[in-house]
Parts: sequence; C-alpha cells; structure tokens
Amino acid sequence: MLEINDLHAGIGDREILRGITLKVNAGEIHAVMGPNGSGKSTLAQVLAGNPSYEVTKGTVRYNGQDLLEMDPEVRAQNGIFLAFQYPVEIPGVSNAYFLRSAYNEIRKANGQEEVDPLEFLDLVQERLKLVDMDESMLSRSVNQGFSGGEKKRNEIFQLAVLSPRLAILDETDSGLDIDALRIVAEGVNKLRSPENATIVVTHYQRLLNYIIPDFVHVLANGRIVKSGGKELALELEAHGYDWVQNSAGVAAAAS
Amino acid sequence: MGGGKASSTRAPSSIEVYREDFEKQPSGPEWLEDLRRRGISRFEALGYPTTKNEDWHFTSVAPIAERTFRLPALHSASALGLKAADLERFGFGQADWHRLVFINGVFDESLSSFEDGGNGVSVGSLADAIKSREPAVEQHLGKVAKFEQATFTALNTAFISDGAFIELASDAVVEQPIHLVFVSGGESVCHPRNLIVAGRHSRAAIIESYVSLRNGEYFTNPVTEIVVGEGAHIDHYKLQRESEAAFHVGTVQAREERNSQLHSFSFAVGGALARTNVYTSLDGDAATCTLNGLYLTDGTQHIDNQTSIEHIAPNCPSHEVYKGVLDGRSHGVFNGKVYVHPEAQKTDGKQSNNNLLLSPSARVDTKPQLEIFADDVKCTHGATVGRLDELAMFYLNSRGIGRERARTLLTYAFAADVLETIELEPLKQELEKLVLARFTDTRTS
Repeated sequence: MLEINDLHAGIGDREILRGITLKVNAGEIHAVMGPNGSGKSTLAQVLAGNPSYEVTKGTVRYNGQDLLEMDPEVRAQNGIFLAFQYPVEIPGVSNAYFLRSAYNEIRKANGQEEVDPLEFLDLVQERLKLVDMDESMLSRSVNQGFSGGEKKRNEIFQLAVLSPRLAILDETDSGLDIDALRIVAEGVNKLRSPENATIVVTHYQRLLNYIIPDFVHVLANGRIVKSGGKELALELEAHGYDWVQNSAGVAAAAS
Repeated sequence: MGGGKASSTRAPSSIEVYREDFEKQPSGPEWLEDLRRRGISRFEALGYPTTKNEDWHFTSVAPIAERTFRLPALHSASALGLKAADLERFGFGQADWHRLVFINGVFDESLSSFEDGGNGVSVGSLADAIKSREPAVEQHLGKVAKFEQATFTALNTAFISDGAFIELASDAVVEQPIHLVFVSGGESVCHPRNLIVAGRHSRAAIIESYVSLRNGEYFTNPVTEIVVGEGAHIDHYKLQRESEAAFHVGTVQAREERNSQLHSFSFAVGGALARTNVYTSLDGDAATCTLNGLYLTDGTQHIDNQTSIEHIAPNCPSHEVYKGVLDGRSHGVFNGKVYVHPEAQKTDGKQSNNNLLLSPSARVDTKPQLEIFADDVKCTHGATVGRLDELAMFYLNSRGIGRERARTLLTYAFAADVLETIELEPLKQELEKLVLARFTDTRTS
C-alpha cells in the first residue's frame, strides 16, 4: 500500500528526515516511535502533504502512485487520513458542515453521489457513539473551545466517518487521560480491517497496549534505527530511547 | 448670488456646478431654505477634505472632486426603464415588509408598498412631510447630522428635498421592518435625506439599501438622522450595494436619549470609492449602542468606514465589531472613535476591527481610537490584520477539501460571526448568501 524509499525532508535548510525507508501493507498496523525531535511528526505531516515541509530526496509510492505528486486534498480523496497532533480550531465553521463537506468532496472525487445534510446526520450518529461524543458537538465550530481530549476524539470521529484506507495517527495519545485513551483506541480498533492500514506515531508505549501494532519502528535523528515486532515497544519502555540511539550511533559509526 | 462666474475658457469646478444646481432647486419653506443655504455655504467654505484632514487621512476624495455630477434629470421608474420586478432581488423575499422606493433620490409611490398611519406610526416621503408641515421635520432636520466640519453632510444639507420620514409616537411598535430602497442610475448625483424620529419606548427596524441596476458612474450622498427617544429601540441596517463604478459617501447619525438602544449594522460591498459614517451620541443615562459592520472589497475598490461613539452620559455600554475582507488590489479603511466625556462614568466600551487580506496587493488601514476623559470606565479596543491561516487551510485540505473551496469556507467563516449579530433572520440569510456568493465568485474570476 505504502512504500517509502530513502525519504529526506525538512523545513527551509533544516533537514529533519534523513532517509526513511518503510513499507506498509494493507491490514497492518505500524507504530513509529522515537524521542522528541526524531522526525516522527514530520513523517506524518509529509505523508499528509503539509506544504510547509519540503521533500528533498526519495520517493513515496501509494497504491502504485507517486504520493509526493499529489496535493493534500487528493491524498485525502485517495484514502489517506492524518489525525493531527494539534487539531486546528476553525471558528465559524461547524463540525457538521466541515465534515459533510469533507465527506462529499471525497465521494465526488471517487465518482459517488453527495449526501444531503439529513442523510449525513443519520450516517454520523453511530460514529459519534464510537468516540462517546454528543450530537451537540456537530453544531459547534470545529475544535473551538474543545478540551484537549475532545479534540483528539474529534480526530478519531472524523477518521470513523471518512473511513480512510491509510490512517496516520500523530501523537493521538498525548494529553489524553486513560479513559479518553481507551475510547480513542477502541475507536481505532473497531475501524481496523484487512483492507486498511494504520501508522501510529507515538512517543510512549502506553497507546500500544490498546492498539496492538504488527511492527514497531524506532526513529532517531530522522532515520529508522530499529524495527521489530510489538515486543520492541516494551523493550523501549524498559530501557528508554538512549538504548536504541546508542546502538544507532554504533551502527552509524560502523557503516 | 454667485454661481454664474465660470469663465468660458475653463470648465466649471464641481463646487461651482453644485452651486449652479443649488440655485436651480425649487423653493421650499423658509426654514428649509435657510438650512439649505447654510449647507451650501458650509460646503463651499470647507471645500473637499484632503488627506491632511485626519478624518480622511487614508481616503482621497479627488475622484469625486474632479467629477461634475449634476442633479438627475430623470426620477421616474419608467423613464429609467425600471419595473417593480427588477427590485425583487433586493427585497429579501419579504413581501409584507414596508417598502419605500426612491429613484435617483426621489420617492416613487408606484414601486412602494407600505402602511402609513395607525398605531402612532407615520411613514412616508420627506418631501411630503415637508409639504404637509410635519412639526417633527422642522424640529429635528439638520439638528442631529452636524455639518460644520463635514463637507459631504453640508453638501447633502444644501440639497435636502426628499428621502424617508419615519415618525414613531410614544410606545409605537412597527411590527414589520421598514425597507428604504435607493435605486440609482445614470451619471448623476443624489442627496437622499432620511429622518427617523422614535418617540418614547417606540420600536422599529429600518433597512436602507443603496442599489443600482446598471453599472453607472454616479454619486450617492445620503444622510440619515435618527432621534432615539427615551427607552426607544431602533435597529438600523445600511446595505451599500452600489454599482462597481459608483461613488458613495453616506452618513448615519443618531442621538440617543436615556435607556434607549440603537443597533446599527453597516454592510458595504459596492462602489469604486465609498465611505460610510455611522455616528452616535449617547446623550442619556444607560443608553446603549452596538455598531457592527462588514465590508468586502475587491478589484481596485476603496471602501472606508468611519464610526464615532460619543459617551456623553454615564452608565452607557457600547459595543462595536467591524470586519473587513479585502481582495485584489483593493483598499479598506476603518476608523472608529470612541470618546468618553468627563461625565460618562461607568462607561463600558468594547471595540474591535478585524481584517482578512486575501491577496498580497490588498491593503487595509485601521485606526481604532479611544479617548477617555472619565476615570471610572471599562474600555477595550483592538484591531487585527491577517491572512488566511495556512494551518487551517492544510487541515481542510487534509480532509479532502480542495484549496479553492477551503479558501471560500475560511473566508466565509471569518465574516460569519459578525453577520450572526443580525437579528432580522431573512436579512441575515440574504447577506450570508450574498457573502458566500461573492467569495465563490472571486475564486472563479
């Protein structure tokens, strides 16, 4: 589904990703872990097409297409979804209008008919329950006045409504208490299917108690320094990031 | 009398042309003649304001001064080829609202539909009210809208002849809004003059629409005076939708007695060069006002908004929110003054002006001014100028919403909250549609 090859990217002159290579197949959950500043969020943003980041080298193929050539909305229309670490507040645009616009734009791009506001309301009811949110949130402005937990649940709610093929969760666990964390994780797990893939970007292991990854990758200094199964996350929890960073340093020195 | 002195070797200046037309006006009652004379004298003495004049610092009126606009020769709808159906689109779909239509400044009965009289409400044309010697006209006309330092109000005063006259007796309530529609055409000037006198505890909603059916290069110079009596409540809406080539300088000036309320909304979207002044004076204890507005500019338009709130009496809250969206190479101006006089203790004043620049060549000058001479007051003011939030843009894009549509959505959202303050639902919906259409149009053009 996704093939990242030697990806280099950064902001301005500052290179943040220094050669990422990663392959994600349908049905898989990948966890990308790493300390602050390792480039985890940059990877998520670059995959979603944030124009603030510049890709300087490497390729990303998504279902056989050149992902880097696509505008961010085209990526979304093709099934990529980024749950933001810091969801953006948009005063004056209601959640309902925002999400229905997104839903319909994606349908239109895929040759499907748009849905009207009433049909849409029916459709979102269950998804709201999934993230334990009240219907009244639909008439509120996007993320405005939302608590940190509400913002994250809203991201997962959007994910549930838009049902993407590739979901990227960027630090979705940060700032969540344990109940909210469980709600978010359950939401993600319910949406899991053999056709979809998920990339979970996280600093801490605790989210991975609820969303069990198939693969864990450790990022340091813009490179994947270690990959493994779900037990790698536990090892990290036990030894800390210094452990891999040191071994990465050794690996880099040896090469 | 002067006027005929223009030499044959040069074209008369616009000021001379106004004097010529002034002399040709049909006469009126003595008090009105006197008022008009004071108007033209003051206009001639003041001349056009230059950008050295603080009130006009960001707006050059040279394009108006350099043109000679004559009083219109045609006033009738049929002469302009205008039918009632042509005005439908300006009516908010509300057939039961009172509607008074003015063609080039002159009342047109055939296009109007309203109820006059009954329940202490008097609605009609100012020309008729002058003719029938309504005492309120002589009592108030020219007393609220000061023209000693205001060139264009002086010019309007020199040509007072028609407009709307609305008088509400004590406790009178006008159930349906009163819509005044000023239709301009041709290349002429008109000076509509409106007088609204609201008695004690009376209530009404009044809308002034300035519209055009063709893209003429004309000049509209209206003045509205509002006397808000004790405990009265007036909602006033001004919709400036002149043609793209038109010039518009309009003043709405109010005086509020104790416990009265004035809610003003000024919407400005038309004209090549347009200025709207909304001034109010809180004369009586606990009078309140909200002055809100929205201006949208594009192309090479220049739209200037000036407001003034005079806190004369104590315990008066005033709230003001103006927003501007500027595109193309247009230029917007906001100047909001709040004066708190020494006696106006316990004043609660809030003022803000927020601007959104959609293009790198658009420009806005904003100058909120707060002058406080009382010591026990709560006043805040602020102004912002920003561009579309790139992060919000990316957020929308990342959800499948393309750049153009995201831009429309964000721009609309920026303007939406000030439109939200409009209490007249059909008007609000119409303006929301208008704003959305405008932002959608800009992206395709």
